[in-house]
Amino acid sequence: MKKQDNQIKWTRKDLLDLESLSKEEIELILTTAESFKEVSKRQIKKVPALRGKTLVNLFYEPSTRTRVSFEIAAKRLSLDVINISVETSSVRKGETLIDTGKNIEALKVDVIVVRHSSSGAAALLARHTNLSVVNAGDGWHEHPTQALLDIFTIKEKLHRIEGLNITIVGDIAHSRVARSNIWGLKKLGANVCVCAPEMLLPYEVEKFGVKVTTDLDEALKDADVVNVLRMQFERDIQSAFPNQLEYFKKYGITEERLKYAKKDIIVMHPGPINRGIEISSAVADGLNSVILEQVTNGIAVRMAVLFLVVSANEYLKR
Amino acid sequence: MRDIFLNMVKNFIQKSKVLSEEDIRNILYRLTNQILENEPEVENLILIGIQTRGVYLANRIKDIIKEIKNIEIPLGVLDITFYRDDLTKVGTNPIVRTTDIDFDINDKIIILVDDVLFTGRTVRAALDEIMDFGRPKKIKLLVLIDRGHRELPIKADFVGKNIPTSTDEVVVVYLKEIDDKDEVIIGNLKKD
Repeated sequence: MKKQDNQIKWTRKDLLDLESLSKEEIELILTTAESFKEVSKRQIKKVPALRGKTLVNLFYEPSTRTRVSFEIAAKRLSLDVINISVETSSVRKGETLIDTGKNIEALKVDVIVVRHSSSGAAALLARHTNLSVVNAGDGWHEHPTQALLDIFTIKEKLHRIEGLNITIVGDIAHSRVARSNIWGLKKLGANVCVCAPEMLLPYEVEKFGVKVTTDLDEALKDADVVNVLRMQFERDIQSAFPNQLEYFKKYGITEERLKYAKKDIIVMHPGPINRGIEISSAVADGLNSVILEQVTNGIAVRMAVLFLVVSANEYLKR
Repeated sequence: MRDIFLNMVKNFIQKSKVLSEEDIRNILYRLTNQILENEPEVENLILIGIQTRGVYLANRIKDIIKEIKNIEIPLGVLDITFYRDDLTKVGTNPIVRTTDIDFDINDKIIILVDDVLFTGRTVRAALDEIMDFGRPKKIKLLVLIDRGHRELPIKADFVGKNIPTSTDEVVVVYLKEIDDKDEVIIGNLKKD
């Protein structure tokens, strides 16, 4: 209790990545999220914390779960939510991202949640507007709220992050989820191992300070947690790994595979899962899986992030 | 309000001690007896403490009721951060603590407990939050110190001590559970 009175300052109007956050800032988000988790257990699942503020969900890439999770988080904070999907917007008429941002700002919106296929898109919006900007995934760069909810879930299950062995399996090269997880977990003192076929490992990945292997059994041997990434076969990765069945045989997380891992290993997945490609149904629905708890925790974490950035921006604007 | 207050607390010069450990103890016994006298339906009583020091006071009252009546009264914890009206003043220091009311409050008699009653804005926020948990039969307010300067039409039902203050003074409550001593003091804000 006493410790909490030693205040950590949150001075950022945006959440763009985990790379630039301090350990203390990440911990502040996690503690704030713990308090927000309780709100979703109430009969009236809503608090007036951000009443009168407006949020725009601006998604240039398809997303259901992240957009819905942000929308629910926002509504539980009493934010008004507008969803803009690019298919039906002026972006089709050639409007630039900055112009779109400035127009949204002119509508007196307070916070924008953006997903974009280009790395740095959220940072660009943050720089050119006074809006609070939350990055919901930019290219291969980062997806900070996904990593925060992964870390929150691990912490809830194992009560710590420091010293844990956490393995991330899958298409590391094209994964913003992996990058955000690596930054966040390293800052909090975890040992991170990435495991993928050679072609799906980013160039010089070991410079992140992670263990790198192409051997799944080795990656699972001492792992407390395995975070299974979705194989994005809809993106052009066929050249990196031609055959889904082949991938499942070599890198799919199955009960058979987990026999050689710790008995109580925690299995995570950011969703949506491809059953029979990166994970078997038995594991996805099994006792080690926390996949649906991740979804639940996503709301609390996003509430915390929205609350912190909007409060800070209110203060900075004065 | 509480967080701003905590910031201020580091920044004052002590002027006088208004309550000692023994005073606080006697006051809590007196207030508990007043509750039991006014609300004979002990089985319908619920204590709700406002974070942080209100929770410790509520917990002490719970113990005294147990001692006198041999009944366990449910204790809830309320953090009013999400209900406050001064987000811009919280600014970059939002400390969010946890609300924990995991029992039914419908038709119950709630004793809402806080350490210091000042502007009344914390109590307003607390009342709004409680209403989102259900419809209690009634809510009564208990405070250790009433220092005046209300900005809302709010009045405590049980008051430990009335302390007239000026607005540039601070009232600081120390409780053993968190501060290593039981004491209430008045101080002057340092001007810098």
